[in-house]
Amino acid sequence: MAAFRLAARAAAALLAAALALAAGPVAVAAGPKLDAPRSGPCVEDPKLMRRSHMEFLKHDRDDTVRRGVRPAKHSLAGCVSCHASRADDSVLGSDTHFCQGCHVYAAVKLDCFECHTPKARPAAVASAAGEPLR
Amino acid sequence: MNPVDKRRRDFLGQAAVAAGAMIAPGVFLYDYAKAAAPATPPAGPPATSGPVSAKVRWGMLIDTTKCASGCRECVDACNRENGLPGTTRPTDSQWIRKVDLKDLRSGATLSAPVMCQHCAEPPCVDVCPTGASFKRADGIVLVDRHTCIGCRYCMMACPYKARSFVHEPTTGQKTEVPRGKGCVEACTLCVQRVDRGGRPACAESCEAAGHGAILFGDLNDPQSEISKRIRSVATTQLRADLRTDNGVRYQGL
Ligand code: HEC
Ligand code: HEC
Ligand code: HEC
Repeated sequence: MAAFRLAARAAAALLAAALALAAGPVAVAAGPKLDAPRSGPCVEDPKLMRRSHMEFLKHDRDDTVRRGVRPAKHSLAGCVSCHASRADDSVLGSDTHFCQGCHVYAAVKLDCFECHTPKARPAAVASAAGEPLR
Repeated sequence: MNPVDKRRRDFLGQAAVAAGAMIAPGVFLYDYAKAAAPATPPAGPPATSGPVSAKVRWGMLIDTTKCASGCRECVDACNRENGLPGTTRPTDSQWIRKVDLKDLRSGATLSAPVMCQHCAEPPCVDVCPTGASFKRADGIVLVDRHTCIGCRYCMMACPYKARSFVHEPTTGQKTEVPRGKGCVEACTLCVQRVDRGGRPACAESCEAAGHGAILFGDLNDPQSEISKRIRSVATTQLRADLRTDNGVRYQGL
């Protein structure tokens, strides 16, 4: 498990480097192609998010579930509401979908969506329901 | 008096002093907590919530005299709110059950919903090996499904059969109510609503249906509707003999 973690971290570091390159004007072949976010900016600097989103999520998960802090800055529902595909409102489904795409690329299993819905509410419905688009 | 007896009496004397000292500040603290509780809740839903505090203790009062036999309004509302399928095979999740009682001698019948009783001393929390079963500061008893390993000790320990185990993969979860296979779940008192200044779906739907048998509120606030009712009518906690000090109370049992 520890070895796996280490490998995953190495992968993350490599990936971050690859993505940083991809951000430049020259498109690099390596790296996943992901759905563009619906709105912005991200809850943290994207560079930091690439490396540390799992830690933010875990921290804020405990804040919300155990201490009732809502909405948490790094809410999982929040990630989904911004990063869901415009085509089908989901962060999963294909290798261009935001969470799945990168996780397949990095070979990191993502089990959150066995319970959490991978779907954002369609933008129109969300605002009609008076929900803030986080 | 022999020396053993004397020591025993000395001890008794000290114990009496200690007990007296404890009662006096205890009473003081109690009154203070009540005085400090806000008389009226802030108007409108809060934009942000938490961390929750022990100043409030959420609870419900169920008036069985207003609860109609055969009515499933609260059960259906719970299923809708929490994305439960509402199917009734033995292995399906059930957060509220309607229970019908009949006194065989008099023939009197009674109907009431039973859900997680949100105990102050929850047995499910005592037995949980991972700390997943926990009580929030405001009295709501929950399963943290990120730490639940699905062992189901809590289901065994619960005197009210309030918890369900999810046996099959879930679909169609709502954004605010994630749920999935392999974990234990139960009534959350609709935390997702309560934290936003709302009340549980069952209480709302029961009122909308014209029964008004479920009253939700803060048991720590002496000015709340629920506290006033509990002061003025006889209410019971289910299995009060177990001294779990339930947050859900019943009237007319
Ligand atoms: C077994 C079911 C289950 C799984 C798997 C699960 N969660 Fe949750 N999660 C829940 C439940 C239930 C809540 C409580 C929702 C509430 O009270 O609002 C929750 C709440 C949260 C919250 C706070 C609410 C929000 O949307 O921000 C975060 C953050 C979170 N989970 C992160 C995760 C992450 C990250 C994973 C994957 C590593 C994960 N969860 C996997 C059931 C699950
Ligand atoms: C308000 C909308 C919004 C929210 C909420 C949000 N993001 Fe972002 N996210 C963005 C934007 C915009 C970017 C920048 C994309 C870019 O620069 O190409 C981004 C970038 C990222 C990146 C880097 C992507 C890449 O291509 O390298 C990751 C990883 C990320 N977000 C994860 C998350 C996670 C996890 C959450 C939830 C904790 C979250 N985001 C919440 C809008 C959002
Ligand atoms: C830019 C690529 C990228 C994107 C986009 C991305 N992730 Fe990740 N994620 C990773 C990598 C790499 C890891 C493993 C890092 C490690 O273990 O050090 C990871 C790990 C995680 C973990 C911890 C998994 C575990 O089992 O420990 C969670 C939870 C997570 N991501 C959630 C998300 C969610 C939710 C989204 C979509 C909102 C998302 N990620 C989008 C690259 C990404």
